[in-house]
Amino acid sequence: MEWEVVIGLEIHVQLSTTTKIFSGASTAFGAEPNTQACAVDLALPGTLPVFNENALRMAVMFGLAVNAEIGKRSVFERKNYFYPDLPKGYQTTQLAEPIVGPGFVDIETEEGVQRRVRLHHAHLEEDAGKSLHEDFHGMSGIDLNRAGTPLVEIVSEPDMRSSKEAAAYARKIHAIVTTLGICDGNMAEGSMRCDCNVSVRPKGQEEYGTRTELKNINSFRFIERAIDTEVARQIDLIEDGGTVLQETRLYDPDKNQTRSMRSKEDANDYRYFPCPDLLPVVIDDSYIEAIRETLPELPDARRARFIEEYKLSDYDAGVLSGYSAQADYYEAVVKACGDTKLAANWVMGELAKYLNQNDTDIKQSPVSADQLGGLLERIKDDTISGNIAKKVFETMWTDGGSADEIIEAKGLKQVTDTGAIEKIVDDVIANADKQVEQYKAAEPEKRGKMLGFFMGQVMKATGGKANPGAVTGILKKKLDALCD
Amino acid sequence: MSLDRSDVERIAHLARLQIDESDIPAYTENLSNILNLIDQMQQTDTSGVAPLANPLDAVQRLRADTVTETNQREALQKAAPAVEDGLFLVPKVIE
Repeated sequence: MEWEVVIGLEIHVQLSTTTKIFSGASTAFGAEPNTQACAVDLALPGTLPVFNENALRMAVMFGLAVNAEIGKRSVFERKNYFYPDLPKGYQTTQLAEPIVGPGFVDIETEEGVQRRVRLHHAHLEEDAGKSLHEDFHGMSGIDLNRAGTPLVEIVSEPDMRSSKEAAAYARKIHAIVTTLGICDGNMAEGSMRCDCNVSVRPKGQEEYGTRTELKNINSFRFIERAIDTEVARQIDLIEDGGTVLQETRLYDPDKNQTRSMRSKEDANDYRYFPCPDLLPVVIDDSYIEAIRETLPELPDARRARFIEEYKLSDYDAGVLSGYSAQADYYEAVVKACGDTKLAANWVMGELAKYLNQNDTDIKQSPVSADQLGGLLERIKDDTISGNIAKKVFETMWTDGGSADEIIEAKGLKQVTDTGAIEKIVDDVIANADKQVEQYKAAEPEKRGKMLGFFMGQVMKATGGKANPGAVTGILKKKLDALCD
Repeated sequence: MSLDRSDVERIAHLARLQIDESDIPAYTENLSNILNLIDQMQQTDTSGVAPLANPLDAVQRLRADTVTETNQREALQKAAPAVEDGLFLVPKVIE
């Protein structure tokens, strides 16, 4: 049977406010346990929440960026459950009247599948603290620094039809929130966390299958792998005559499997009700329009501009605009070197490779956009070849320094002196009788491909410093002269 | 609408309240009475009336996003039965 996968995502985005959503305690990451948990965060008796204007502003920014209707009146509710890292015994959240109503984003997978994903709504809520289950004499340790950190939970409609679409959607949300500057986008630190609702149904069937929810996935790669794993499990189960249970499952990246956390049978009954400690939040058109004025260029617009202004391919423009810090970096490199295509190749190629290998965010790149731009200028003016540039880049990455300093210190300047190159070419030809005979015997249109060997020899002799264009010209001239 | 014994047990469990077995019949009756009153209120025609989130005719006031709370961990943890390395200690919550 042919199966169709149906996926909806709930993405929690930590807002990069300075303080908590309902208290004036700091939200800075990495502080000593409980040093940023004040009386309000601890839910001590007599404390009252006061809503952070910046959290409201950021949520409205997000709503405007995803073409959504903004709730001019939104209401906080209490979601009741007991857990030690939730001091109040309820999470303050929104349900019936959220700040962001229905909207949509357009996504495209690496394979070029395009789709519009509708957003059901997005709401403001507070994060819980952290439980540490290492052994504290058989007890658990609780750190409430994170308690009360503002979150926007973005709930999509079940509009995605493959794990790749789900990952593309998550990337798009990531691109939007980082471009807006409302989230630092650091998934490893939990700034963006994803729950995936996954079900399968026979292709052509209208009705949805029973879904499971995969909790707290914190990388794009894991979104794909977790969904693929869960889809395979559900299909196997159904094809073996079983039924999928509606339940929450946890993805284990080490074992690449999902396992049951709790079934919805004894699911929490959250008993939502409007929070009596908080009044309805009311905003007007002028508030919303003032925020609209401050919106930066969004990823889709930036992508279109990259294609138009820099003549980039659709694909390159998509990759470069997909993460705002990367797009900023790219534009700075273009400014420094003036070559849009070369800059694109290096930012997505060599730079991305080093960043990946060293698990470094582009914001922390040891090579600045100016440094890289300077290096690319030296490729453009033929001071060095692309291959030598990679060596310069390596030095730049580990030891710092400008391209000019490194080229000078290491003596990497390209040999463009035709006289010198001719002499080396002569030597190479004189020592390659066999290859010269093959070249002469080959049909003229196939000879171009045979230059590679000679080229390699010349580069070897010059330590890669000969100008490749000049070498090709001279080689061709001299070899073709032998053929006549 | 009337509740039965299992409803009361479930509500108590959700609220993490320990109740005496002997009190359950009284709770069942009292809670059922409250629900009956609500049923009676439900009969009022409220079409065209927007649901009320708060009885006060006021809107939420907003706070500037600046740090006003300094570290008070030592004072705040004085009331905790067990702390270690700055953490509150609680009975282990996972197996």
